[in-house]
Amino acid sequence: MASAHSILPPPLIEGEKTPAQVTKDICAALDRKPTWVWWAGFLFSFAVLLVGAATVTYQISVGIGTWGLNNTVGWAFDITNFVFWIGIGHAGTLISAILFLLRQPWRTSVNRSAEAMTIFAVMCAGLFPVIHMGRPWLAYWMMPYPNTRGSLWINFRSPLVWDFFAILTYFTISVIFWYLGMVPDLATIRDRTKPGLRRRFLGILSLGWDGSARTWMHYETVYKMLAGLATPLVVSVHTIVSWDFATSVIPGWHTTILPPYFVAGAIFSGMSMVLTLTIVARKTMGLEQYITVQHIDKMCKVALATGCMLGLAYLTEFFTALYSGNQYEQFAFINRALGPLGWSYWIMVGCNVGISQLLWFRKVRANLVAVFIIAIFINVGMWFERFVIIVTSLHRDYLPSSWAGYVPTSIEIATFVGTFGLFFTCFLLFCRFVPVIAISEVKGVLSVGRKRRVLPPATAETPSESAATGWEGKQGKGVSA
Amino acid sequence: MSRRFLVSFFDHEDDILGASRAMREAGLQIADVYTPYAVHGLDKAMGLPASKLPFVCLLLGVLGGAFKVWFEFWTTAVDWPINVGGKPWNSLPAFVPVTFEVMVLFAGVSVVIAFLFISRLWPGKQALLADQRITDHRFVLVIEEADAVFDPVKVHGLLKKFHVVRVEERVESEEEAR
Repeated sequence: MASAHSILPPPLIEGEKTPAQVTKDICAALDRKPTWVWWAGFLFSFAVLLVGAATVTYQISVGIGTWGLNNTVGWAFDITNFVFWIGIGHAGTLISAILFLLRQPWRTSVNRSAEAMTIFAVMCAGLFPVIHMGRPWLAYWMMPYPNTRGSLWINFRSPLVWDFFAILTYFTISVIFWYLGMVPDLATIRDRTKPGLRRRFLGILSLGWDGSARTWMHYETVYKMLAGLATPLVVSVHTIVSWDFATSVIPGWHTTILPPYFVAGAIFSGMSMVLTLTIVARKTMGLEQYITVQHIDKMCKVALATGCMLGLAYLTEFFTALYSGNQYEQFAFINRALGPLGWSYWIMVGCNVGISQLLWFRKVRANLVAVFIIAIFINVGMWFERFVIIVTSLHRDYLPSSWAGYVPTSIEIATFVGTFGLFFTCFLLFCRFVPVIAISEVKGVLSVGRKRRVLPPATAETPSESAATGWEGKQGKGVSA
Repeated sequence: MSRRFLVSFFDHEDDILGASRAMREAGLQIADVYTPYAVHGLDKAMGLPASKLPFVCLLLGVLGGAFKVWFEFWTTAVDWPINVGGKPWNSLPAFVPVTFEVMVLFAGVSVVIAFLFISRLWPGKQALLADQRITDHRFVLVIEEADAVFDPVKVHGLLKKFHVVRVEERVESEEEAR
């Protein structure tokens, strides 16, 4: 990597790639037959998805009485899973939009797969509220449309309606952002595919992209606009998710810290999911030169920063409860840590605040196996965070006579596992049919961290002279004209 | 009337940038430049005016937001007012979240549609490529030959300075029939 004296950052992409090589390397995964690893992963995920589909069919036909909910604990596993999946999606938008606005060129190697992850995670998340309705075929009642019941309009003061609009907008904008980013790459694949059905299909999807500089200019503008819109959007989405809780009067939910706490947690969990996926993908797809240890290192740092914010939020929550002098609030927090579900609280703290501290060490961040294991722990910890917030706040409310416990049923667990099946099935199909790295964006950052060729001035100098100065600066194998 | 074009091919980002700037400064008319990725500074080198799409985005975003505020007010305070927890019918602060989401949705979707419209991209459109490798690694500069300032010797000299790989002459329709 960079020598001690170099002020240049290490190159983002290793191996002195030329644009043509980038196309070849990234499309290689699409050209070759799927490996047995892919087939094994796909068939397993698909089997899990089928189990999930069967469970969902069962609980919809029988009713959600198959869940472990009771009068006191009215939200538990499903809403935990909903918040968990939505949170995972947020890292994708962070990488694609926020890091774009912050001019972080390293995002180009991971943004495509992180955005795909966002879309699939939001799909998984959206399933839970729809199932929770009990009569999902009436889900369209959430839309404000003129109806024969009055027209009876939806209640725009309800956070659940806000949530519906937030998720819908988030999903739509994420899909558009992802697709738009993919159009130039689809054109690249189109132009290297032999004439036939596949090429015609790619031709339709790539919208007749021809690489014109005028189009590129507008394209870059639109991309910037979408990034600028997606940035507040991602913050608003998880803020609204937290308002589902914060606008209620339940001790432990009714706090103003919830929105920033949820957003930090979402990015934390999402980043660990990105790490989990990219560490496997780079290895199995042979993309080590594109998703380098440097990329993993940077993502670890983002995870560490958000993890520390989360730790601060945990402390602040406790302090606020103590300082408020409100005994219900104090009880809710003592019950969280020391009550019957205290074990889940300590799993949450241990994974999110404890284990993530290992990422302070450069050696740990450079050890991909260690990072992978830490990322899995964080995923588990973040799931438990939502479980803790939802279930421990509900199960012992103001009235001790109505206190109750909560145990998930096998149906609930199978539904949750089923969404993993959906997520990984989609992700594996994505790896198979779409370039997992944004080809055109990576080509644009090839020179980052490398010496740039000196630009010959437009006037003066004879051709031979300018040619000499032009090539001098280029290190490595310069491709001659 | 058929127009004639000089099509030159380059292998490097710096060359296309320099060549485009030089052509423009020499007073030649650049029909278009084709690149495999977004080359930063190329719009300035070509002298393209800034994209007006941000205005579309702003306008539609504001329109969408305004429409939503009106709609929420109309449904909850005019068409069928319902008392929810004693809150006022026109509880504007509670309308903020949905208004924001709808504004983002309008702005985002409309700016993409506007982009596809002005760039003339649509599903199933046949791409007219100046070179099959544009989407891979080739940079192509297309200059219109119609101008009085077009001097073949001078132009070829300029192009050579920027390590041009190949130069071709083409007649209309292939490039610019769109």
